[in-house]
Amino acid sequence: MDVIESVVEINRPHLKFKTFQKYKSRIPLYIMLIPGLIFLVIFAYIPMVGISIAFQNFNPAIGLFGQQIWCGFDNFIYLFQLPGTKQAIWNTVYISFMKIFFGTLIQIAVSIMINEVRSSFYKRYIQTIIYLPFFLSWIILSGIFISMLSPTDGIINNTLQQLGIDKIFFLGDNKWFPTVLISTDIWKNFGFGTIIYLATITSIDPQLYESASMDGATRWQKVRYITLPEMRMIIVLLALLSLGNILNAGFDQVFNLYSPLVKQSGDILDTLVYRLGIVQAQYGVAAAAGLFKSAVSLILISTSYYCAYKYADYKMF
Amino acid sequence: MLLKLVKKMSVFPIINGIILLLLSMLCILPIMHIIAISFSSSIAVETGKVGFIPYDFTLSAYEFIAQRIEFWRAMYVTIQRVIIGGGISMLLTVLTAYPLSKEDSYLKGRNIFAWVFFITMLVGGGLIPWYMLIKQLNLMDTLWALVLPGAVQVFNIVILLNFFRQLPKALEEAAVIDGASHFIILFKIYIPSAMPALATLTLFTLVGHWNSWFDGLILMNFPEKYPLQTYLQTMIIAKDFSLMTGYNVQSMGEISSKTVQAAQIFLGALPVMLFYPFLQKYFVKGIVLGSVKG
Repeated sequence: MDVIESVVEINRPHLKFKTFQKYKSRIPLYIMLIPGLIFLVIFAYIPMVGISIAFQNFNPAIGLFGQQIWCGFDNFIYLFQLPGTKQAIWNTVYISFMKIFFGTLIQIAVSIMINEVRSSFYKRYIQTIIYLPFFLSWIILSGIFISMLSPTDGIINNTLQQLGIDKIFFLGDNKWFPTVLISTDIWKNFGFGTIIYLATITSIDPQLYESASMDGATRWQKVRYITLPEMRMIIVLLALLSLGNILNAGFDQVFNLYSPLVKQSGDILDTLVYRLGIVQAQYGVAAAAGLFKSAVSLILISTSYYCAYKYADYKMF
Repeated sequence: MLLKLVKKMSVFPIINGIILLLLSMLCILPIMHIIAISFSSSIAVETGKVGFIPYDFTLSAYEFIAQRIEFWRAMYVTIQRVIIGGGISMLLTVLTAYPLSKEDSYLKGRNIFAWVFFITMLVGGGLIPWYMLIKQLNLMDTLWALVLPGAVQVFNIVILLNFFRQLPKALEEAAVIDGASHFIILFKIYIPSAMPALATLTLFTLVGHWNSWFDGLILMNFPEKYPLQTYLQTMIIAKDFSLMTGYNVQSMGEISSKTVQAAQIFLGALPVMLFYPFLQKYFVKGIVLGSVKG
């Protein structure tokens, strides 16, 4: 008994040394994390603290952490009394939702169609082409659409005129502007969006299709009873994750296609923040609008990740 | 006989193929139209004769742009931000993703660090505090303002760490027995094995820098510091010509002409259009492996 204890006693420093050795090999890993953490603290966490601007009568000359005058919820009260705020919230949700809903439908349909193509060369050609708009910026695409949709000399209105239809001021008409936003966004993203759906379809067990064929199932029946049910999980998952982002209606797009003519139908939360903050220098009010958006988004995104985790077994990392 | 053959061949693949062809044309025709305008004469454009092929072919729009120093200066700023910004961002992505790909039992605190990064995807300070911070850091009007604030791409880190986790553990264990340090394991084993994911993320990072315009617009007070997309935004969309150097009535008219605008749009899109098809097989693979099956 004594002997054993003394052996343990003797061994202890050695054990300690061993654990130190073990952890020493981890030090480089912590060092690797340092640069990323520094950037993250400066450019992500300090702005989070800086959201206190929303409760201040912010004076930029005093600075982010200076002695600002606090004003409680005044900025929020002022923000929600502005005539356009509620409309902007509604526009944001409406435009986003339509983009997600119709975008998802089209992406699913196109993935199924691409999957039916037998020639791998043709498949690759179609995929390469439909990915293209995704990679172009909204500056490029807005430049193209503004030119094409121009009421004076745009190709679309020229064509309409030749068909005997009245010209339409697509980007200046509240009736048309949201439709233009929704359809051009779907146009930009549908091709790229097929990647994940297509991968899901190709991972379906081919035996399912073979036995369905033997039972005499038609092409449509195979899609209806095999492909779509097998895709259900990924569709729900991606829809959930995009619904969490519903307050991002696409600033780059709206900002570049926007004009004061379509403020009523096209002003979204992000353009509101830009206008209040950067153009009108009402920093407190703009930060309040930003905080409102962040807070609601946080709830939505956390909920969607939680549901995705719970119901679709999705783990981000 | 022929009738029988036709009957046997289902019409579906043909219709399907044609619909997809039309869809692909829908994607490319707007771009063809802008290219056609850029190579046509101004008169042909104004009279609405240009469709999808150049009418009355001319290079005059490109000759005009070749002399516009603002355009090339903006292009130079963009090239700088793509190289420096892309480099910093990818380095940070790799360095962060590697330790975070370890288990918490191996690297104490890993889960906490992962959350510290992940939370920034859920919540942010928004535009105004971010803008004030960069102002106060005195980064305004420097290239660093375009490069540093977005350097940590948490989404990319998540994709890469999921990719790292799928690599066979045996690779690393063999290296550890040989006495390799973590830096050597990362750069000699993990990075070469993760090429599809890295090619994807590099593509997105570089394209992201090439396409960025908003930061240039609000963080640069002097138009000569604008990157290309910000320059295009002011010239073509906002139609603010005050940033032109030494302009007169004639060049003013020319730069606002549709052909010159179209040529600038095309040049602003060209590098991306040439670049992405070559990486297609990587990004398709990278997206699928990294984001969903992780």
